[in-house]
Amino acid sequence: MLRKLFKFHGGVKPQTNKTQSTTAAIAAVPLPDRLVIPLHQAVGGHPRPLVQPGEHVLKGQRIGGADGNLSSAVHASTSGIVRDVAQAVMPHTSGLTTLSVIIEPDGEDRWCELEKVNYRSTPPDELRDFLRDAGVVGLGGAVFPSYAKLKPGKEGKLKTLVINGAECEPFITCDDMLMRERASDMLKGIVAMRYMLQAEEVLIGIEDNKPEAVASVQAAIRASGETGIEAVAIPTRYPAGGAKQLIRVLTGIEVPHGRRSTDFGVQCFNVGTAFSIFEALEHGRPLISRLVTVAGNVTAPRNYDVLIGTPMDHLVRLAGPRPDTDRYIMGGPMMGVRMPGFDVPVVKATNCVLVGSPALFPAPPPEMPCIRCGECAKACPADLAPFEMYWFSRSKNFGKAQEYHLFDCIECGCCSFVCPSHIPLVDYFRFSKSEIWSREREKESSDGARDRFEFKNFRQEREKQEKAEKLAAKAAATREKVATEGAATPAAADGEAAPKPKPSATDAKRALIEAAMEKARQQKAQVAPKNTDHLAPDVEADIAAIDARRNAAPARAADTPDA
Amino acid sequence: MITALLVMTGIALVLGAVLGFASIKFKVEGDPLVEKIDAILPQTQCGQCGFPGCRPYATAIADGEAEINQCPPGGEEGIRKLADLLGREFKPLSEEHGVEKPKSVAVIDEATCIGCTLCIQACPVDAIVGAAKQLHTIVAAECTGCELCLAPCPVDCITMEAITETVDTWKWRYPVVEIKAA
Amino acid sequence: MNNSPFVRKAASVQSVMLQVLLALVPAIAAYVWFFGAGILVQLAIASAAALAGEAAMLAIRGKPKALFLTDLSAVVTAWLIALTFPPIAPWWLTVTGTLLAVVVVKQLYGGLGQNPFNPAMAAFCLMIVAYPALMSQWPAAGQLDFKTQLDLIFGGLRQVDAITGATPLDALRTALRSAASPDSQLHGLRTNQLMDGPAFGLLGGKGSEWIALGYLVGGLWLIRQRIITWHIPAAFCGALFASALLLWGMRPDAFASPLFHLASGGAMLGAFFILTDPVSGATTPRGKLLFAAGAAIFTYVIRSFGAFPDGVAFATLLMNILVPLIDMKTQAPVFGHKKD
Repeated sequence: MLRKLFKFHGGVKPQTNKTQSTTAAIAAVPLPDRLVIPLHQAVGGHPRPLVQPGEHVLKGQRIGGADGNLSSAVHASTSGIVRDVAQAVMPHTSGLTTLSVIIEPDGEDRWCELEKVNYRSTPPDELRDFLRDAGVVGLGGAVFPSYAKLKPGKEGKLKTLVINGAECEPFITCDDMLMRERASDMLKGIVAMRYMLQAEEVLIGIEDNKPEAVASVQAAIRASGETGIEAVAIPTRYPAGGAKQLIRVLTGIEVPHGRRSTDFGVQCFNVGTAFSIFEALEHGRPLISRLVTVAGNVTAPRNYDVLIGTPMDHLVRLAGPRPDTDRYIMGGPMMGVRMPGFDVPVVKATNCVLVGSPALFPAPPPEMPCIRCGECAKACPADLAPFEMYWFSRSKNFGKAQEYHLFDCIECGCCSFVCPSHIPLVDYFRFSKSEIWSREREKESSDGARDRFEFKNFRQEREKQEKAEKLAAKAAATREKVATEGAATPAAADGEAAPKPKPSATDAKRALIEAAMEKARQQKAQVAPKNTDHLAPDVEADIAAIDARRNAAPARAADTPDA
Repeated sequence: MITALLVMTGIALVLGAVLGFASIKFKVEGDPLVEKIDAILPQTQCGQCGFPGCRPYATAIADGEAEINQCPPGGEEGIRKLADLLGREFKPLSEEHGVEKPKSVAVIDEATCIGCTLCIQACPVDAIVGAAKQLHTIVAAECTGCELCLAPCPVDCITMEAITETVDTWKWRYPVVEIKAA
Repeated sequence: MNNSPFVRKAASVQSVMLQVLLALVPAIAAYVWFFGAGILVQLAIASAAALAGEAAMLAIRGKPKALFLTDLSAVVTAWLIALTFPPIAPWWLTVTGTLLAVVVVKQLYGGLGQNPFNPAMAAFCLMIVAYPALMSQWPAAGQLDFKTQLDLIFGGLRQVDAITGATPLDALRTALRSAASPDSQLHGLRTNQLMDGPAFGLLGGKGSEWIALGYLVGGLWLIRQRIITWHIPAAFCGALFASALLLWGMRPDAFASPLFHLASGGAMLGAFFILTDPVSGATTPRGKLLFAAGAAIFTYVIRSFGAFPDGVAFATLLMNILVPLIDMKTQAPVFGHKKD
């Protein structure tokens, strides 16, 4: 069937390097000695740890609870003992640590009790909670919690559900292998998502360099008898697998930055996500493993079904890394992230462990000045003018960079890929973006501080005023009282009262002070130590000692001159 | 001669009227300069500049009563921004007002705190919660790191802790691929 | 260690510049065929001056010499200067022009990628203002042998008025102007009759129209190689043709034909090699169209009503000034923000 496809602007055609890892079937990975499972693996709030060191956990047991509006649970990938809940280096360029659960497998790989769910008879909200607690997140690399995306738009239904099997990054083949080997299960997951989203049609976009995957998915659709689901081969051009680009290619719709695709009647999920939704609904299994491509500088590139938390070097060892290996990259060569070490764990975002060497990924030639040739603009799939954004990012003129739509940049790397001056354009954009975010955070906190400071000043001013008013009112009342009393019984206040018939202002003031002093004296007398009944003898002794000291203190003070 | 004088006077009158009208029509409320300076200042409200808060310092700068290099928390970057805004020369941070330190927050050692409320009164941004004879604690997100609570504490239970980088605050570095002379 | 992307296309400034140089070869071949090998000497002089000037400036500015000298951008500038200057210009004129271009117009503004003006065209304008006579002496095709050319270039011989004339553009303009005045012997002659002289060929100047064809061929190859886009050449040629057609259509006796304008002077060189300089030219697709069309109109006006032999250089500089504005106002809508 011929479907009208659309084009997105730009894009590049890097060497795909995909055939090397598709010759062998998906393989399992032997249990490692240790699993390091970071609690924060998805976009959104940091999950709270639910286990203590020393505790025994079962495979699939929840070890991190979703926290906040947007968050996703984390589970033990195998049964074993929790050795620690501590900071561990995370698979992130920064090399920073994050709270992780470290599990020593007991080798039994025993599942906890699994709870299935029938998505047709469960209310949508409960179903979303179920998927949140099953830890299902987008496996294309963005790790956005899937439950939050499984909401139809305002109209309550969706025009098109786009399933992303494009896999445009070079070297990565995990989606390809998933579609080849597990198409019918994946399709069941798609059917469930379609039901939840009330989508009219489902389009599964697959780059045309994966004919086996297209055929396999088409066969699964035929076998299932579902209608309105179509596997569409799309032209191979990086980044056709970017969600926005794929939506554009399949439907012609361009979802602008900062808008929800459901507002345009479209939603997009990765094929791996569809499979994990199937696992969660059909078997009750939470997301504890995923397919990972091991490729690059290895003798036997291959796809593995890997438990979340498996150290990358444990996995790579199976594929035979060559001796000149100098780095691991999580993801592909275009958008992948350089790992801070070799023993960082595989997480939900790990679609590929790309083994690098200086020969395979040589350092870029020296950066030359931009000659404004416009190659980057020609290659940009977001129709941006990267060389203008570069100019402003380089000079740290962030406002101008934003005017040139810096935040529409998807960091696909096409501009850096084509630049004849070898400028790391994406690095400049990442720098600008994080700098802008940090400034916004700082501005927010300084605005908050200013508001609170001003409010505090205002409050203190108000309190002062209130106090003054109260005092004035009280003073007036007392003055009146003194005046009336003084009038009734002159010289009643004290013996030295002036013989004048009416108290003057000074007299009133003096009377006031004395009244206050009297009041203070009375208050002092009234304040008796509390909690002094029924005390233990030693406590009483303590009190006696303290009282003695207290009485001694004024005496000492009196001794010193001018005290 | 008369005509020329009349013409000149007429032009002067018309232009004067236009200017007068413009000054009413485009009147700017308040002092935008103070606002702009205040927006650059870090709002730590620490008083290290010698003024009781950031806004008084901003006013003093705008009035020419204070130098632009008296704000240690704003640091060199802040001074640069002020110099840019005001068209003044950049000056290094004045030493008598303090030194630039990494951003930190105050932490109360809850075992030592006696609940005296002195720090609560000292905090310029209401970032400490607690009541008399109750344990106090600092709302880390609202603490500006001004250190004003350190001195009043009678039991020295407050310490400053530098803010560590997390993955949420981590920033991509400026790409330094400087070309070396070959 | 670098961040993603970890792979890159094999592209470099050097290869871009090299392809531009290669694209100039057909025109240079035609030049040599019709006007003799003197141009090769000029190319060599200009290249040497450009590299020397660039090396000196890089040394002063503390920039890596090996990296920037091998990017060939100075050589491109040098070749454009040699090709726009008269082939019999004395050596010091070429050297001065080239040094002005490389040292002042390019390096003083910050070097590669930073110059707001096209260096070759700025040099041409400066030199034609400073040395109008020397810059206006063009030999006719096949008129001078190599020895005479060498003598002219290296200074021995300087009675040039006898052996050189004006460019075809100049010649036709002068002829058209005298044809318009009633007391001239040319009065009443039509353009095609005026172009009957030995200086003229089929469309433009004799020989020079073949060089223009060489530029066209090289330029089309550059488009095919995706070094330049079609926008600037198309808009320049289109606008030049249209403005020439407009006035020629009204007064064919007073103005040259559109084809003559396209085939003469620096029109083809400008359309494919000079205006397409990315550093000083517009970069957005719509901006390129505006930029080139503006340059074409200025060229036409200067050619038809000005006093200089050609208008491409001045038109280029005038439009260079407008580039920031043009680029700013012609930014294409980005993904998702298009109105369709």
